[in-house]
Amino acid sequence: MSAELTAVLGVGQTKYSSTRGDVSIAGLCREAAYRALEDACLDWKEIDAVVIGKAPDFFEGVMMPELYLAEALGAVGKPILRVHTAGSVGGSTALVAASLIQSRVHEKVLTIGFEKQSESNATWALSMPQPFSVSINAGAGGYFSPIMRQYMSRSGAPELIGCMVAFKDRQHALKNPYAHLHQNDLTFEEVVDSPMLWNPIRYSETCPSSDGACAMVLGNEASGDRAENPVAWVHGTAMRSESNNFPGRDEVNPLASRQCAADVFKQAGITNPLKEIDAVEIYVPFSWYEPMWLESLGFAELDHGWRMVEDGTTSLSGGELPVNCSGGVLSSNPIGASGMIRFAEAALQVRGMAGDHQVDGAKKSFGHAYGGGAQYFAMWIVGAEKP
Amino acid sequence: MKKLAIARGIKQMSKSNSFRDVAVVSVASHQTKTLSEVNEVQLMADLISNCRKSAGVTQEEIGFTCSGSSDFLAGQAFSFVHTLDSVGAFPPISESHVEMDGAFALYEAWVKLQIGEVDTALVYSYGKPSAGSVIDVLATQLDPYYVSPLWPDCFSLAALQARVLLDKGLITLEKMAEISMRSQKNGFNNPNAVRSSKDVSLENLMNEPAIVDPLRASDIAEIADGGCAVILAAGDKAKSFCERPAWIKGIDHRVDSHTLGVRDLTRSPSAFLAAEKAGRNADRLDLAEIHGMTSTQELILEKEFDLSEETLVNLSGGCLASDTMMASGLIRISEVASRIISGQVDRGLAHATSGPCLQQNLVCILEGE
Repeated sequence: MSAELTAVLGVGQTKYSSTRGDVSIAGLCREAAYRALEDACLDWKEIDAVVIGKAPDFFEGVMMPELYLAEALGAVGKPILRVHTAGSVGGSTALVAASLIQSRVHEKVLTIGFEKQSESNATWALSMPQPFSVSINAGAGGYFSPIMRQYMSRSGAPELIGCMVAFKDRQHALKNPYAHLHQNDLTFEEVVDSPMLWNPIRYSETCPSSDGACAMVLGNEASGDRAENPVAWVHGTAMRSESNNFPGRDEVNPLASRQCAADVFKQAGITNPLKEIDAVEIYVPFSWYEPMWLESLGFAELDHGWRMVEDGTTSLSGGELPVNCSGGVLSSNPIGASGMIRFAEAALQVRGMAGDHQVDGAKKSFGHAYGGGAQYFAMWIVGAEKP
Repeated sequence: MKKLAIARGIKQMSKSNSFRDVAVVSVASHQTKTLSEVNEVQLMADLISNCRKSAGVTQEEIGFTCSGSSDFLAGQAFSFVHTLDSVGAFPPISESHVEMDGAFALYEAWVKLQIGEVDTALVYSYGKPSAGSVIDVLATQLDPYYVSPLWPDCFSLAALQARVLLDKGLITLEKMAEISMRSQKNGFNNPNAVRSSKDVSLENLMNEPAIVDPLRASDIAEIADGGCAVILAAGDKAKSFCERPAWIKGIDHRVDSHTLGVRDLTRSPSAFLAAEKAGRNADRLDLAEIHGMTSTQELILEKEFDLSEETLVNLSGGCLASDTMMASGLIRISEVASRIISGQVDRGLAHATSGPCLQQNLVCILEGE
């Protein structure tokens, strides 16, 4: 028995911004879902099931919001699943939706990730006192900064690589109408001069806090064949998790990341990712994670990922491996949707529908998300042609 | 208990659809009023380890792991990240988590097994409601703009539902007490039952005062801490782990509108639909384990599932005996599966619910060979 071929039939995104005060949570989700259906040329009634993901419920203060969203997502009388796998959730959600097609349980599935950070306070949500544990109250940046320092010391990367990543992603964002940050006049010097938040991460090297939703319609082979717009075919899907705390864990280059990448490339028959992948959307909430993940995923030699940043390999303007052409998490971060945006943007690239941030002739692209203490991973590879 | 499988010849539903044969091969669960000495990680480490041991599998042999839990119940964002330690997730594992009852995690694992790339899955879920107030927690589950700010508690909503049933003459206070009595008597044989009694009388139950009118204390779920672990396996693999696997003959879940005002609270259309899709009618049901937060919800569900007199309901005592939020649905599946595995029954229905007044429902039909 082999898996059913799965296609991305439609993608829908909201404009990401710090406050979408004009819509409720349901309104925000419905906007993305509706656009995905429109792109797929399908109606709500043609959807068999809905898979929704978001980061912790505390972020909006609504427990299991999929119940309240059932009507807004056209799910009444249908199955709805709610995924939560920390920061990787947007990616995992897309993969659970894909599994419903791959298993032939359903033919067309709507999947959506969202976050409405303006309706709550993420730092409060992440800082609840727990018995017998000391809270570091440092947020995600404080948690990850020592790991990035460790990378710098291992690889000997120059101090300003992080600033180069941030500046590049903000330039890319200018070509993406949905991106939250559109900093037209930003200069590289301003990135370097921005306040240091969690050494080595400056203010301009970290992600914004966004409201937004991203949706996709996935379908089986027959619906991919029938689609009016170009589709993206799924070539590989993989998820991996590992425990967070144990002696000897490589936090810079976690084994779960390496194994997840090896699995997804094997499924897609890819032996040289740098040559065979045309566009990459990886989860980079802090600038230094671009070179770190490039190495872990196998796009760069160990300790050499930063060179790809330095020599412009990862830039949309002429680089060999454009990374985060959408502007990435550094330019838009509706947390629960951020992983799905990576997966959806990868699909848009191979559908040739990425607009101004399109990589010319992209045939295969890579979508990636991670979460927890860099311990949850979700990845997929999509192609313009069937696998 | 009747053993009829061989005599009447079990109809193989799996032949009429294209799904791969997947079975529950091992279960472990624990429920108690208050787990004061152990946290969720310690609880699940024992249950998962016991569950793997009785199937004779190691984590390395498990192809997919999926869990269900709630951050709001745990009072901590990313609470499930810690519980991953109870699995022993290194070397890394292929894993996912739903912010839903563990029965839905089992559904996700079943879907994964249908793809055919892996043959074994571990599913677990847990809840420790004693650390907080379930009724306050569940109020945050309601429409955040129009309902949740009023903080209606789950039992008050269920009481409104019960009132509609009584006013329409669909149930009586005595019928409700019969359900409570069934739960307490059945619970007597279940070590996980928190509220049980061998000799509870209908008269005593009828004389209890209502605490959320018309519901008496015995009509509402007995909140308990606990967890459940289940191992699924496909085809021959299932037979190698277990002498008599509990085959999943059908599994489906559906959701209704969240808006209480537009729903007929005397019905649960999603429960009916899920049962239809799961193939409830294919053959006789020896046992049904149903997940209701009140005696009245159990009555609604019995009707939606069209259970006959022959079907034994909630031999475990159900949620009126022990209700562990986020795990109660998975525990219903494990209760049916363990009785099939032991040969006590041949075919059963397990049900899980979520949301106010039975909004979302999952039905799983299990069968022994």
